[in-house]
Amino acid sequence: MASVPNYWRQEPQRYRYEANKCESCDKVFFPPRLSCGLDCAEELKPVTLATTGKVLTYTIIHIAPTQFTDEAPYAMAICEMDGGGRITAQLVDCPFANIKIGMPVRIEFRKIQQDGHHGILMYGYKVVPA
Amino acid sequence: MRDVAVIGIGIQKWGELWERSLRDLWVEAALNAINDAGVDHIDSIYVGAMSPGLFVGQEHIGSLCADYLGVTPVPATRTESACCSGGMAMRSGFIEVASGLSDIVLVSGVEKMTDVDGGGATYALATAADGDYEVYNGITFPGLYAMMARDYMHRFGLTREELAAVPVKSHANGFHNPHAQYRSKLTIDGVIKSVMVADPLTIMDCSPITDGAAAAILCPLDLAKDFAKGKPVVKVAGMGAATDSIALHDRADFSALNAVAVSAQRAYEMAGVKPTDINFAEVHDCFSIAEIIVSEDIGFFEKGKGGQAAAAGETAIGGKIPINTSGGLKSKGHPVGATGIGQIHELVTQLRGDAAERQVAGARRGMAQNMGGSGGSSVVHILEVV
Repeated sequence: MASVPNYWRQEPQRYRYEANKCESCDKVFFPPRLSCGLDCAEELKPVTLATTGKVLTYTIIHIAPTQFTDEAPYAMAICEMDGGGRITAQLVDCPFANIKIGMPVRIEFRKIQQDGHHGILMYGYKVVPA
Repeated sequence: MRDVAVIGIGIQKWGELWERSLRDLWVEAALNAINDAGVDHIDSIYVGAMSPGLFVGQEHIGSLCADYLGVTPVPATRTESACCSGGMAMRSGFIEVASGLSDIVLVSGVEKMTDVDGGGATYALATAADGDYEVYNGITFPGLYAMMARDYMHRFGLTREELAAVPVKSHANGFHNPHAQYRSKLTIDGVIKSVMVADPLTIMDCSPITDGAAAAILCPLDLAKDFAKGKPVVKVAGMGAATDSIALHDRADFSALNAVAVSAQRAYEMAGVKPTDINFAEVHDCFSIAEIIVSEDIGFFEKGKGGQAAAAGETAIGGKIPINTSGGLKSKGHPVGATGIGQIHELVTQLRGDAAERQVAGARRGMAQNMGGSGGSSVVHILEVV
Protein backbone atom coordinates (compact mmCIF):
# COMPACT_ATOMS: atom_id res chain seq x y z
CA MET A 1 0.00 0.00 0.00
CA ALA A 2 1.52 3.26 -1.08
CA SER A 3 1.45 6.14 1.34
CA VAL A 4 2.19 9.49 -0.27
CA PRO A 5 3.51 11.16 2.94
CA ASN A 6 5.75 8.12 3.61
CA TYR A 7 7.10 8.19 0.04
CA TRP A 8 7.72 11.93 0.13
CA ARG A 9 9.49 11.64 3.51
CA GLN A 10 11.90 9.09 2.12
CA GLU A 11 12.92 10.89 -1.05
CA PRO A 12 16.25 12.03 0.50
CA GLN A 13 17.21 8.35 0.87
CA ARG A 14 15.64 6.90 -2.27
CA TYR A 15 16.72 9.72 -4.60
CA ARG A 16 19.92 11.05 -3.01
CA TYR A 17 21.15 8.24 -0.67
CA GLU A 18 21.42 10.63 2.28
CA ALA A 19 22.87 8.90 5.36
CA ASN A 20 24.67 9.95 8.51
CA LYS A 21 27.74 8.92 10.47
CA CYS A 22 28.55 8.70 14.16
CA GLU A 23 31.55 10.91 14.96
CA SER A 24 32.49 8.66 17.91
CA CYS A 25 32.51 5.19 16.34
CA ASP A 26 32.55 6.00 12.59
CA LYS A 27 29.50 3.84 11.91
CA VAL A 28 27.49 4.91 8.83
CA PHE A 29 23.70 4.75 9.09
CA PHE A 30 21.34 4.42 6.15
CA PRO A 31 18.73 5.74 6.68
CA PRO A 32 20.16 8.39 9.03
CA ARG A 33 19.44 7.84 12.72
CA LEU A 34 18.88 10.09 15.70
CA SER A 35 20.83 7.83 18.08
CA CYS A 36 23.89 5.62 17.85
CA GLY A 37 23.27 4.21 21.32
CA LEU A 38 23.98 5.53 24.77
CA ASP A 39 27.76 5.03 24.63
CA CYS A 40 28.24 7.41 21.70
CA ALA A 41 27.59 10.95 22.87
CA GLU A 42 28.87 12.67 19.73
CA GLU A 43 26.71 14.29 17.08
CA LEU A 44 25.72 12.31 14.02
CA LYS A 45 26.98 14.10 10.92
CA PRO A 46 25.22 13.99 7.51
CA VAL A 47 27.04 11.98 4.82
CA THR A 48 26.06 10.58 1.43
CA LEU A 49 26.21 6.87 0.77
CA ALA A 50 28.86 5.91 -1.77
CA THR A 51 27.25 4.60 -4.97
CA THR A 52 29.82 1.80 -5.28
CA GLY A 53 30.13 -1.24 -3.06
CA LYS A 54 30.15 -5.04 -3.02
CA VAL A 55 27.70 -7.93 -2.61
CA LEU A 56 27.78 -9.55 0.86
CA THR A 57 25.06 -12.13 0.23
CA TYR A 58 22.20 -12.62 -2.25
CA THR A 59 19.19 -14.71 -3.25
CA ILE A 60 17.00 -15.21 -6.30
CA ILE A 61 13.35 -14.53 -5.46
CA HIS A 62 11.07 -16.96 -7.30
CA ILE A 63 7.88 -16.45 -5.28
CA ALA A 64 7.47 -12.66 -5.17
CA PRO A 65 5.19 -10.27 -3.28
CA THR A 66 2.12 -9.17 -5.29
CA GLN A 67 3.64 -5.91 -6.56
CA PHE A 68 6.78 -7.70 -7.85
CA THR A 69 5.13 -10.82 -9.34
CA ASP A 70 5.73 -9.69 -12.95
CA GLU A 71 9.47 -9.36 -12.31
CA ALA A 72 10.11 -12.81 -10.75
CA PRO A 73 12.53 -14.44 -10.75
CA TYR A 74 14.79 -11.55 -9.73
CA ALA A 75 17.96 -11.23 -7.64
CA MET A 76 18.17 -9.40 -4.31
CA ALA A 77 21.44 -8.64 -2.56
CA ILE A 78 22.72 -7.15 0.65
CA CYS A 79 25.47 -4.74 -0.36
CA GLU A 80 28.07 -2.91 1.69
CA MET A 81 28.83 0.45 0.15
CA ASP A 82 32.38 1.79 -0.02
CA GLY A 83 32.98 3.93 3.05
CA GLY A 84 30.23 2.18 5.04
CA GLY A 85 26.46 1.76 5.09
CA ARG A 86 24.47 -1.20 3.80
CA ILE A 87 21.44 -1.66 1.58
CA THR A 88 19.12 -4.50 0.57
CA ALA A 89 18.39 -3.97 -3.13
CA GLN A 90 17.53 -5.71 -6.38
CA LEU A 91 20.62 -6.73 -8.37
CA VAL A 92 19.73 -6.24 -12.04
CA ASP A 93 21.34 -6.33 -15.51
CA CYS A 94 23.33 -9.40 -14.49
CA PRO A 95 22.73 -13.08 -15.39
CA PHE A 96 22.04 -15.02 -12.18
CA ALA A 97 24.97 -17.37 -12.88
CA ASN A 98 27.38 -14.41 -12.77
CA ILE A 99 26.34 -13.23 -9.29
CA LYS A 100 29.06 -13.87 -6.73
CA ILE A 101 29.59 -12.94 -3.10
CA GLY A 102 32.14 -10.10 -3.11
CA MET A 103 31.34 -8.86 -6.63
CA PRO A 104 31.57 -5.08 -7.10
CA VAL A 105 28.29 -3.26 -7.76
CA ARG A 106 27.06 0.30 -8.18
CA ILE A 107 23.76 1.95 -7.38
CA GLU A 108 21.43 3.02 -10.19
CA PHE A 109 18.28 5.07 -9.80
CA ARG A 110 15.35 2.96 -11.02
CA LYS A 111 11.61 2.50 -10.80
CA ILE A 112 10.94 0.07 -7.93
CA GLN A 113 7.17 -0.47 -7.97
CA GLN A 114 3.87 1.21 -8.70
CA ASP A 115 0.73 1.48 -6.67
CA GLY A 116 -1.64 -0.64 -8.75
CA HIS A 117 -1.95 -0.40 -12.56
CA HIS A 118 -2.66 3.32 -12.69
CA GLY A 119 -1.14 4.40 -9.39
CA ILE A 120 1.88 6.49 -8.57
CA LEU A 121 5.28 5.32 -9.75
CA MET A 122 7.71 4.69 -6.91
CA TYR A 123 11.43 5.03 -7.45
CA GLY A 124 14.59 4.17 -5.56
CA TYR A 125 17.86 2.32 -5.84
CA LYS A 126 18.83 -0.95 -7.48
CA VAL A 127 22.37 -2.21 -7.98
CA VAL A 128 24.10 -3.35 -11.18
CA PRO A 129 27.53 -4.95 -11.74
CA ALA A 130 30.21 -2.24 -11.46
CA MET B 1 11.09 -13.39 42.84
CA ARG B 2 8.84 -16.45 43.30
CA ASP B 3 9.47 -19.70 41.45
CA VAL B 4 6.87 -20.31 38.70
CA ALA B 5 5.33 -23.57 37.46
CA VAL B 6 3.32 -24.57 34.37
CA ILE B 7 0.28 -26.49 35.62
CA GLY B 8 -1.87 -26.72 32.50
CA ILE B 9 -1.52 -26.81 28.71
CA GLY B 10 -4.03 -26.65 25.86
CA ILE B 11 -3.94 -26.74 22.07
CA GLN B 12 -5.94 -28.11 19.10
CA LYS B 13 -4.95 -29.73 15.80
CA TRP B 14 -3.40 -26.91 13.79
CA GLY B 15 -4.04 -26.38 10.09
CA GLU B 16 -6.15 -24.51 7.57
CA LEU B 17 -9.22 -24.27 9.80
CA TRP B 18 -11.69 -22.52 7.48
CA GLU B 19 -14.73 -23.09 9.67
CA ARG B 20 -13.16 -21.69 12.85
CA SER B 21 -12.76 -18.05 13.93
CA LEU B 22 -9.86 -16.49 15.84
CA ARG B 23 -11.98 -16.21 18.97
CA ASP B 24 -13.14 -19.85 18.80
CA LEU B 25 -9.62 -21.16 18.24
CA TRP B 26 -8.34 -19.19 21.20
CA VAL B 27 -11.18 -20.15 23.58
CA GLU B 28 -10.80 -23.85 22.72
CA ALA B 29 -7.07 -23.81 23.55
CA ALA B 30 -7.68 -21.74 26.70
CA LEU B 31 -10.40 -24.11 27.98
CA ASN B 32 -8.17 -27.11 27.29
CA ALA B 33 -5.42 -25.51 29.40
CA ILE B 34 -7.83 -24.53 32.20
CA ASN B 35 -9.29 -28.06 32.32
CA ASP B 36 -5.82 -29.61 32.23
CA ALA B 37 -4.73 -27.44 35.19
CA GLY B 38 -7.97 -27.90 37.11
CA VAL B 39 -8.13 -24.21 38.13
CA ASP B 40 -11.48 -22.60 38.94
CA HIS B 41 -10.45 -19.02 38.14
CA ILE B 42 -7.71 -17.00 36.45
CA ASP B 43 -6.24 -13.71 37.60
CA SER B 44 -4.79 -12.41 34.36
CA ILE B 45 -4.45 -13.21 30.63
CA TYR B 46 -1.73 -12.59 28.03
CA VAL B 47 -2.49 -13.27 24.37
CA GLY B 48 0.43 -13.42 21.94
CA ALA B 49 -0.60 -12.47 18.40
CA MET B 50 1.45 -10.95 15.62
CA SER B 51 -1.12 -9.19 13.50
CA PRO B 52 -4.82 -9.93 14.04
CA GLY B 53 -5.43 -6.47 12.57
CA LEU B 54 -4.05 -7.47 9.18
CA PHE B 55 -5.06 -11.14 9.24
CA VAL B 56 -8.68 -10.81 10.40
CA GLY B 57 -9.24 -7.05 10.83
CA GLN B 58 -9.47 -7.25 14.61
CA GLU B 59 -7.33 -5.50 17.23
CA HIS B 60 -8.03 -5.28 20.97
CA ILE B 61 -8.00 -9.06 21.23
CA GLY B 62 -7.14 -9.14 24.95
CA SER B 63 -10.67 -7.94 25.63
CA LEU B 64 -12.14 -10.15 22.88
CA CYS B 65 -10.54 -13.26 24.38
CA ALA B 66 -11.50 -12.51 27.99
CA ASP B 67 -15.06 -11.78 26.81
CA TYR B 68 -15.49 -14.98 24.79
CA LEU B 69 -13.95 -17.09 27.54
CA GLY B 70 -16.61 -15.51 29.77
CA VAL B 71 -14.20 -14.20 32.39
CA THR B 72 -14.50 -10.39 32.18
CA PRO B 73 -13.40 -8.27 34.10
CA VAL B 74 -10.13 -10.28 34.32
CA PRO B 75 -7.30 -8.11 32.90
CA ALA B 76 -6.07 -9.24 29.49
CA THR B 77 -3.61 -7.79 27.02
CA ARG B 78 -1.88 -8.73 23.80
CA THR B 79 1.87 -9.19 23.48
CA GLU B 80 3.49 -8.60 20.10
CA SER B 81 6.99 -9.36 18.90
CA ALA B 82 6.24 -10.74 15.42
CA CYS B 83 6.75 -14.52 15.37
CA CYS B 84 7.78 -14.59 19.05
CA SER B 85 4.61 -12.89 20.28
CA GLY B 86 3.66 -16.17 22.01
CA GLY B 87 7.03 -16.48 23.73
CA MET B 88 6.62 -12.89 24.93
CA ALA B 89 3.18 -13.79 26.39
CA MET B 90 4.91 -16.59 28.33
CA ARG B 91 7.57 -14.14 29.51
CA SER B 92 4.97 -11.56 30.61
CA GLY B 93 2.97 -14.18 32.51
CA PHE B 94 6.12 -15.51 34.14
CA ILE B 95 7.06 -12.01 35.32
CA GLU B 96 3.55 -11.38 36.67
CA VAL B 97 3.49 -14.60 38.72
CA ALA B 98 7.14 -14.32 39.82
CA SER B 99 6.56 -10.76 41.01
CA GLY B 100 3.71 -11.84 43.28
CA LEU B 101 1.15 -9.65 41.49
CA SER B 102 -0.99 -12.62 40.37
CA ASP B 103 -1.24 -16.31 41.23
CA ILE B 104 -3.03 -17.95 38.29
CA VAL B 105 -2.12 -16.52 34.87
CA LEU B 106 -3.28 -17.76 31.47
CA VAL B 107 -0.57 -17.30 28.83
CA SER B 108 -1.54 -17.96 25.24
CA GLY B 109 -1.06 -17.29 21.57
CA VAL B 110 -3.27 -17.29 18.51
CA GLU B 111 -3.11 -16.50 14.81
CA LYS B 112 -5.83 -16.90 12.23
CA MET B 113 -3.93 -16.65 8.94
CA THR B 114 -6.18 -18.15 6.25
CA ASP B 115 -8.93 -15.52 6.15
CA VAL B 116 -6.64 -13.60 3.77
CA ASP B 117 -5.19 -15.03 0.55
CA GLY B 118 -1.51 -15.84 0.01
CA GLY B 119 -0.69 -12.29 -1.01
CA GLY B 120 -2.43 -10.90 2.05
CA ALA B 121 -0.61 -13.30 4.37
CA THR B 122 2.73 -12.47 2.74
CA TYR B 123 2.01 -8.76 3.18
CA ALA B 124 1.11 -9.20 6.87
CA LEU B 125 4.17 -11.34 7.61
CA ALA B 126 6.48 -8.93 5.77
CA THR B 127 5.62 -6.22 8.30
CA ALA B 128 8.01 -8.05 10.68
CA ALA B 129 10.93 -6.96 8.44
CA ASP B 130 12.03 -3.36 7.76
CA GLY B 131 9.15 -2.11 5.63
CA ASP B 132 10.89 0.92 4.15
CA TYR B 133 14.39 -0.50 3.62
CA GLU B 134 13.90 -4.24 3.00
CA VAL B 135 10.33 -4.97 1.91
CA TYR B 136 9.94 -1.85 -0.29
CA ASN B 137 12.77 -3.07 -2.53
CA GLY B 138 11.24 -6.51 -3.09
CA ILE B 139 12.60 -8.83 -0.40
CA THR B 140 10.46 -11.55 1.20
CA PHE B 141 10.91 -13.52 4.44
CA PRO B 142 12.10 -16.63 2.61
CA GLY B 143 14.45 -14.26 0.76
CA LEU B 144 15.97 -12.96 4.00
CA TYR B 145 16.61 -16.47 5.33
CA ALA B 146 17.88 -17.51 1.88
CA MET B 147 20.51 -14.76 2.15
CA MET B 148 21.54 -16.18 5.55
CA ALA B 149 21.70 -19.66 4.00
CA ARG B 150 23.83 -18.37 1.08
CA ASP B 151 26.29 -16.72 3.49
CA TYR B 152 26.40 -19.83 5.68
CA MET B 153 26.96 -22.19 2.72
CA HIS B 154 29.69 -19.92 1.34
CA ARG B 155 31.57 -19.74 4.65
CA PHE B 156 31.04 -23.17 6.21
CA GLY B 157 30.50 -25.44 3.20
CA LEU B 158 26.97 -26.46 4.24
CA THR B 159 25.53 -28.69 1.50
CA ARG B 160 22.01 -28.59 0.07
CA GLU B 161 21.52 -32.17 1.36
CA GLU B 162 22.53 -31.22 4.94
CA LEU B 163 20.07 -28.32 4.85
CA ALA B 164 17.29 -30.65 3.67
CA ALA B 165 17.96 -33.00 6.59
CA VAL B 166 16.24 -30.49 8.90
CA PRO B 167 12.72 -30.57 7.40
CA VAL B 168 13.03 -34.33 6.81
CA LYS B 169 13.70 -34.81 10.53
CA SER B 170 10.92 -32.37 11.52
CA HIS B 171 8.33 -34.21 9.46
CA ALA B 172 9.50 -37.58 10.82
CA ASN B 173 8.70 -36.20 14.31
CA GLY B 174 5.49 -34.40 13.33
CA PHE B 175 4.21 -37.64 11.78
CA HIS B 176 3.69 -38.79 15.39
CA ASN B 177 2.09 -35.55 16.64
CA PRO B 178 -1.73 -35.58 16.56
CA HIS B 179 -1.77 -31.74 16.65
CA ALA B 180 0.55 -31.28 13.66
CA GLN B 181 -0.68 -29.61 10.45
CA TYR B 182 1.37 -31.77 8.06
CA ARG B 183 1.74 -35.37 9.23
CA SER B 184 3.55 -36.55 6.14
CA LYS B 185 7.08 -37.85 5.77
CA LEU B 186 9.59 -36.12 3.49
CA THR B 187 12.73 -37.25 1.68
CA ILE B 188 15.96 -35.30 1.07
CA ASP B 189 15.29 -35.46 -2.66
CA GLY B 190 11.69 -34.36 -2.15
CA VAL B 191 12.84 -31.24 -0.28
CA ILE B 192 15.52 -30.30 -2.82
CA LYS B 193 13.27 -30.83 -5.86
CA SER B 194 10.21 -29.02 -4.51
CA VAL B 195 9.21 -25.59 -5.82
CA MET B 196 11.96 -22.97 -5.50
CA VAL B 197 10.87 -20.03 -3.33
CA ALA B 198 14.06 -18.03 -2.74
CA ASP B 199 17.24 -19.70 -3.93
CA PRO B 200 18.57 -21.86 -2.23
CA LEU B 201 15.36 -22.38 -0.19
CA THR B 202 12.50 -24.44 -1.63
CA ILE B 203 8.91 -24.56 -0.36
CA MET B 204 9.88 -27.56 1.80
CA ASP B 205 12.49 -25.45 3.62
CA CYS B 206 9.70 -23.04 4.66
CA SER B 207 7.18 -23.27 7.49
CA PRO B 208 3.54 -23.10 6.34
CA ILE B 209 0.60 -20.71 6.81
CA THR B 210 -1.43 -22.02 9.75
CA ASP B 211 -4.50 -21.29 11.88
CA GLY B 212 -4.14 -22.26 15.53
CA ALA B 213 -3.94 -21.35 19.19
CA ALA B 214 -2.18 -22.66 22.28
CA ALA B 215 -2.43 -21.85 25.98
CA ALA B 216 -0.77 -22.62 29.30
CA ILE B 217 -1.57 -21.92 32.94
CA LEU B 218 1.16 -20.56 35.23
CA CYS B 219 1.12 -20.38 39.03
CA PRO B 220 3.64 -20.08 41.89
CA LEU B 221 5.64 -23.31 42.34
CA ASP B 222 4.40 -23.45 45.96
CA LEU B 223 0.81 -23.85 44.73
CA ALA B 224 1.66 -26.19 41.84
CA LYS B 225 1.74 -29.36 43.92
CA ASP B 226 -1.94 -28.85 44.77
CA PHE B 227 -2.80 -29.05 41.07
CA ALA B 228 -0.38 -31.80 40.04
CA LYS B 229 -2.71 -34.75 40.81
CA GLY B 230 0.09 -37.24 40.26
CA LYS B 231 1.54 -35.48 37.21
CA PRO B 232 5.18 -34.31 37.34
CA VAL B 233 5.49 -30.66 38.47
CA VAL B 234 7.08 -28.55 35.72
CA LYS B 235 9.00 -25.46 36.80
CA VAL B 236 10.09 -22.50 34.67
CA ALA B 237 13.79 -22.69 35.54
CA GLY B 238 15.09 -19.98 33.24
CA MET B 239 13.98 -17.22 30.90
CA GLY B 240 15.84 -14.81 28.65
CA ALA B 241 14.91 -12.32 25.94
CA ALA B 242 16.94 -10.12 23.60
CA THR B 243 16.72 -7.97 20.45
CA ASP B 244 18.81 -7.36 17.33
CA SER B 245 18.61 -5.01 14.33
CA ILE B 246 15.28 -5.02 12.49
CA ALA B 247 17.02 -5.22 9.09
CA LEU B 248 19.15 -8.26 8.31
CA HIS B 249 21.67 -6.06 6.44
CA ASP B 250 22.65 -4.28 9.67
CA ARG B 251 23.93 -7.48 11.35
CA ALA B 252 27.64 -8.05 11.84
CA ASP B 253 27.26 -11.74 10.91
CA PHE B 254 24.54 -13.21 8.66
CA SER B 255 25.31 -16.77 9.83
CA ALA B 256 24.64 -15.99 13.48
CA LEU B 257 21.61 -14.76 15.42
CA ASN B 258 22.86 -12.62 18.29
CA ALA B 259 19.44 -12.15 19.92
CA VAL B 260 19.16 -15.96 20.09
CA ALA B 261 22.63 -16.33 21.63
CA VAL B 262 22.01 -13.61 24.23
CA SER B 263 18.48 -14.78 25.15
CA ALA B 264 19.75 -18.37 25.59
CA GLN B 265 22.71 -17.20 27.68
CA ARG B 266 20.36 -15.27 29.98
CA ALA B 267 18.08 -18.31 30.36
CA TYR B 268 21.04 -20.60 31.12
CA GLU B 269 22.27 -18.15 33.77
CA MET B 270 18.87 -17.91 35.47
CA ALA B 271 18.47 -21.70 35.45
CA GLY B 272 22.08 -22.29 36.55
CA VAL B 273 22.59 -24.84 33.77
CA LYS B 274 24.64 -25.21 30.58
CA PRO B 275 23.75 -26.49 27.08
CA THR B 276 24.78 -30.07 27.90
CA ASP B 277 22.21 -30.09 30.75
CA ILE B 278 19.33 -29.70 28.26
CA ASN B 279 17.69 -33.00 27.20
CA PHE B 280 15.65 -31.71 24.23
CA ALA B 281 14.59 -28.43 22.63
CA GLU B 282 11.86 -26.80 20.57
CA VAL B 283 13.47 -24.13 18.38
CA HIS B 284 12.20 -21.62 15.84
CA ASP B 285 12.65 -23.45 12.52
CA CYS B 286 10.66 -20.96 10.41
CA PHE B 287 13.13 -21.97 7.68
CA SER B 288 15.52 -24.95 7.61
CA ILE B 289 18.59 -22.69 7.87
CA ALA B 290 17.14 -21.06 11.00
CA GLU B 291 17.17 -24.35 12.93
CA ILE B 292 20.81 -24.92 12.00
CA ILE B 293 21.94 -21.44 13.05
CA VAL B 294 19.82 -21.48 16.23
CA SER B 295 21.13 -24.92 17.26
CA GLU B 296 24.61 -23.38 17.24
CA ASP B 297 23.74 -20.08 18.91
CA ILE B 298 21.96 -21.78 21.83
CA GLY B 299 25.21 -23.68 22.41
CA PHE B 300 24.38 -27.19 21.21
CA PHE B 301 26.90 -27.22 18.34
CA GLU B 302 30.02 -25.33 17.32
CA LYS B 303 29.45 -22.59 14.71
CA GLY B 304 29.50 -24.19 11.26
CA LYS B 305 28.73 -27.72 12.52
CA GLY B 306 24.94 -27.55 12.95
CA GLY B 307 24.17 -28.82 9.45
CA GLN B 308 26.46 -31.83 9.73
CA ALA B 309 24.93 -32.62 13.14
CA ALA B 310 21.40 -32.53 11.70
CA ALA B 311 22.42 -34.72 8.74
CA ALA B 312 24.10 -37.20 11.12
CA GLY B 313 20.87 -37.62 13.10
CA GLU B 314 22.18 -35.91 16.26
CA THR B 315 19.01 -33.78 16.49
CA ALA B 316 16.58 -36.66 15.84
CA ILE B 317 14.64 -38.34 18.65
CA GLY B 318 17.17 -40.78 20.11
CA GLY B 319 20.07 -38.56 18.95
CA LYS B 320 22.47 -36.53 21.08
CA ILE B 321 20.04 -33.62 21.52
CA PRO B 322 16.55 -34.05 20.01
CA ILE B 323 15.29 -30.82 18.40
CA ASN B 324 11.66 -30.09 17.47
CA THR B 325 10.14 -33.36 18.63
CA SER B 326 6.71 -31.80 17.93
CA GLY B 327 7.54 -31.50 14.23
CA GLY B 328 8.62 -27.91 14.69
CA LEU B 329 7.16 -24.97 12.82
CA LYS B 330 7.68 -26.87 9.57
CA SER B 331 5.45 -29.91 10.25
CA LYS B 332 3.41 -28.88 13.29
CA GLY B 333 2.58 -25.54 11.66
CA HIS B 334 3.34 -21.88 12.34
CA PRO B 335 0.29 -19.87 13.45
CA VAL B 336 2.70 -17.02 14.15
CA GLY B 337 1.48 -15.71 17.51
CA ALA B 338 0.66 -19.20 18.84
CA THR B 339 3.99 -20.79 17.98
CA GLY B 340 5.85 -19.83 21.16
CA ILE B 341 3.13 -21.26 23.40
CA GLY B 342 2.90 -24.32 21.14
CA GLN B 343 6.56 -24.90 22.01
CA ILE B 344 5.76 -24.68 25.74
CA HIS B 345 2.95 -27.21 25.14
CA GLU B 346 5.45 -29.67 23.64
CA LEU B 347 7.98 -29.13 26.46
CA VAL B 348 5.38 -29.87 29.15
CA THR B 349 4.05 -32.88 27.19
CA GLN B 350 7.58 -34.33 27.00
CA LEU B 351 8.41 -33.53 30.65
CA ARG B 352 5.21 -35.26 31.78
CA GLY B 353 6.17 -38.32 29.69
CA ASP B 354 2.99 -37.95 27.61
CA ALA B 355 4.57 -37.69 24.12
CA ALA B 356 3.87 -41.33 23.13
CA GLU B 357 5.77 -42.34 19.94
CA ARG B 358 7.82 -39.14 19.95
CA GLN B 359 8.73 -39.30 23.67
CA VAL B 360 12.35 -38.40 24.51
CA ALA B 361 13.62 -41.00 26.99
CA GLY B 362 14.56 -39.45 30.32
CA ALA B 363 13.33 -35.94 29.45
CA ARG B 364 13.87 -33.88 32.60
CA ARG B 365 14.81 -30.47 31.21
CA GLY B 366 13.82 -28.84 27.92
CA MET B 367 14.35 -25.52 26.14
CA ALA B 368 11.93 -23.47 24.01
CA GLN B 369 13.45 -20.84 21.68
CA ASN B 370 11.05 -18.52 19.85
CA MET B 371 12.17 -15.79 17.46
CA GLY B 372 10.71 -12.77 15.68
CA GLY B 373 11.30 -11.68 12.10
CA SER B 374 14.75 -12.39 10.70
CA GLY B 375 16.04 -12.64 14.29
CA GLY B 376 15.23 -9.13 15.50
CA SER B 377 13.86 -10.62 18.71
CA SER B 378 14.21 -13.91 20.57
CA VAL B 379 12.89 -15.35 23.80
CA VAL B 380 14.07 -18.55 25.48
CA HIS B 381 12.50 -20.56 28.31
CA ILE B 382 14.01 -23.53 30.15
CA LEU B 383 11.48 -25.84 31.80
CA GLU B 384 12.37 -28.71 34.13
CA VAL B 385 10.72 -31.40 36.23
CA VAL B 386 11.01 -30.53 39.92
